[in-house]
Amino acid sequence: MGVHFVLEGGLLHQDSDEARRLMAKDGLPEETGTVESGAELDEEKPETPAKPIDDGGEVEEAGVEDVASKKKPKLTNQFNFSERASQTLDNPQRERSCQSEPPPRANFSATANQWEIYDAYVHELQKQEKNKEKQKAVSLKKDNEKSKKKMMQMETQGNDINKVGKSSRILERMVIQNTFDDIAQDFRYFEDASDEFRDQEGTLLPLWKFQYDKAKRLSVTALCWNTKYQDLFAVGMGSYDFNKQGCGMLLLYSLKNSTFPEYICPTNSGILCLDIHKQRSYLVAVGFYDGCVAVYNLREEGLEPVYKSTAKTGKHTDPVWQVCWQNDDMDNNHNFCSVSSDGRVVSWTLVKNELAFTDIITLSLSGSVSEGLEGMQQHSTACGTSFDFHKQIDYLFLVGTEEGKIHKCSKTYSSQFLETYDAHSMAVDTVKWNNFHPKVFISCSSDWTVKIWDHTIKTPMFTFDLNAPVGDVAWSPYSSTVFAAVTTDGTVHVFDLSINKYEAICQQLVVAKKKTRLTHIEFNPIYPIIIVGSDRGCITSFKLSPNLRKKPKAKKGQELPKGPEAEIAKMEKLLSLLREPEHRTV
Amino acid sequence: MAATGEGKKEEADYKRLHSFPLIRHTDMPEEMRVETMELCVTACEKFATNNESAAKMIKESMDKKFGSSWHVVIGEGFGFEVTHEVKNLLYMFFGGSLAVCVWKCS
Repeated sequence: MGVHFVLEGGLLHQDSDEARRLMAKDGLPEETGTVESGAELDEEKPETPAKPIDDGGEVEEAGVEDVASKKKPKLTNQFNFSERASQTLDNPQRERSCQSEPPPRANFSATANQWEIYDAYVHELQKQEKNKEKQKAVSLKKDNEKSKKKMMQMETQGNDINKVGKSSRILERMVIQNTFDDIAQDFRYFEDASDEFRDQEGTLLPLWKFQYDKAKRLSVTALCWNTKYQDLFAVGMGSYDFNKQGCGMLLLYSLKNSTFPEYICPTNSGILCLDIHKQRSYLVAVGFYDGCVAVYNLREEGLEPVYKSTAKTGKHTDPVWQVCWQNDDMDNNHNFCSVSSDGRVVSWTLVKNELAFTDIITLSLSGSVSEGLEGMQQHSTACGTSFDFHKQIDYLFLVGTEEGKIHKCSKTYSSQFLETYDAHSMAVDTVKWNNFHPKVFISCSSDWTVKIWDHTIKTPMFTFDLNAPVGDVAWSPYSSTVFAAVTTDGTVHVFDLSINKYEAICQQLVVAKKKTRLTHIEFNPIYPIIIVGSDRGCITSFKLSPNLRKKPKAKKGQELPKGPEAEIAKMEKLLSLLREPEHRTV
Repeated sequence: MAATGEGKKEEADYKRLHSFPLIRHTDMPEEMRVETMELCVTACEKFATNNESAAKMIKESMDKKFGSSWHVVIGEGFGFEVTHEVKNLLYMFFGGSLAVCVWKCS
């Protein structure tokens, strides 16, 4: 805090004009040159009259002074000033300091000379070369790895759930193996001992039963074993009741898991037939009620078929009754054939991402395709219901029709049948070449009969009446003379012509409910079991008892001939017995 | 004769192969390092015969770019022990025979 002090000075320089004026006024001699300040003058004024009043000493002094001043005016302070002072407050002082950290430092030392520089460069170059080599190797590896990774990614797409899925599937199988252990044991080891005492007849031992809840209302319309995985089979679900057509379903079951299908694929239209490719067992050709054919790739995820025919690409106009894979063509394209009620037999080729079609033959009612009367052709088409390609002769195939006729056709003649057999009085449900004998085929129909033919002879070799419409018939894969048929009354008939030419060696009712119809039957290519499908969406597997797969007894010291030749001979022997009397009559 | 020819060839090879800047030691951040290295290369190429000028150029540029005070040593052979501010040191070889040391210490 500062205090400002002001004092107006009353000092005059004694030589100044003002001082002279004042002195003259006071009557003082100018010469003295004494300077008297205003204040002094004031003081002096009362002083002089006060002299007598004051003490003598003072008077004396004054008198002396007066004398002196008169003589020589006293020269004191030129300005005649008085000193006055005041002090201001001092602000208190404080010390404050801080220290900052210096930027961090480090020491570095080295020596640079020519050899060190040289060494450094040489070393660096070597390193670079090594790196290059490594990179080359790495880049090669990377390429491989990339492709691998891609594969991995493809596999692991859908990621974590899939991993769980796989292990849970294994677990499921383990549980099922435990639960159905007795069935698995039967499948492998059980042989019906009572067969020995039954002479010729055999039995069927029920094994697993396959049923899927969502397909309960559908009937089994097609069965096909996978040739690569012998425990796996495909089931086509649809409906034979043509007033109640709806959706269908493609199921794949494994014998290892009877409770749930391995693969489920719902379809918009009912499935009527399917076939699994012999070599590429992931390709499944399917024929639908709406006339479409499609190919499913089981390796690809998704429920949509990879190929499907459309109206533009020659789809059938009527239900497709049978499809059958063919050998790859000359360009290594996969191809299959289909037959439909619209009377066409079509070959489908899988080209890149579409199905290319070629009509093989158009069936006609009169033995040959009406020549020159194209207008009439339309009316005279026959409805194909089944077909089968010859096992050895590539171009030869049979077509069964709704009219009950069987036509022997060739891929090379699209206008003419090689032969026509008046086989049945109702639609031919199945026609199949024998697995061994190249001349023999079998047919079955709703007219209750199963017939066996030699394709060189127009009349059947054998005729069996089964007392009910026959749904399906199948040759056994292990013997040329064994076949099995299913009838709509729920019975499975197994025949072995080498044992009994007139009657089935096994007739067994295999359904629980009386009304259930059996629709299809198929032999496993390896194991002695059959699968039978019903119109309630249920598939049952049976084991054939020893009598049903009996080999002719070997005579002592004579080795039994084996293999296809023996099977052909066995059949041939039977046929010759039948042919001979005919020849004799002729 | 042949030997000398080979020697010459080797020398040429050496010069050709060893002309790139080779950083021996640095604690600079990436961006700074690249810039400094390029600056050193430019300076050494510009003043190929005068190391002093090159060093001056480097020092001045570095002072401008990264603040004072930078020190630069360029030579074919020398030893040194320096105190530098951390992350502000670069020691490199260039052109097969030159060593350049750049550091900051204020």
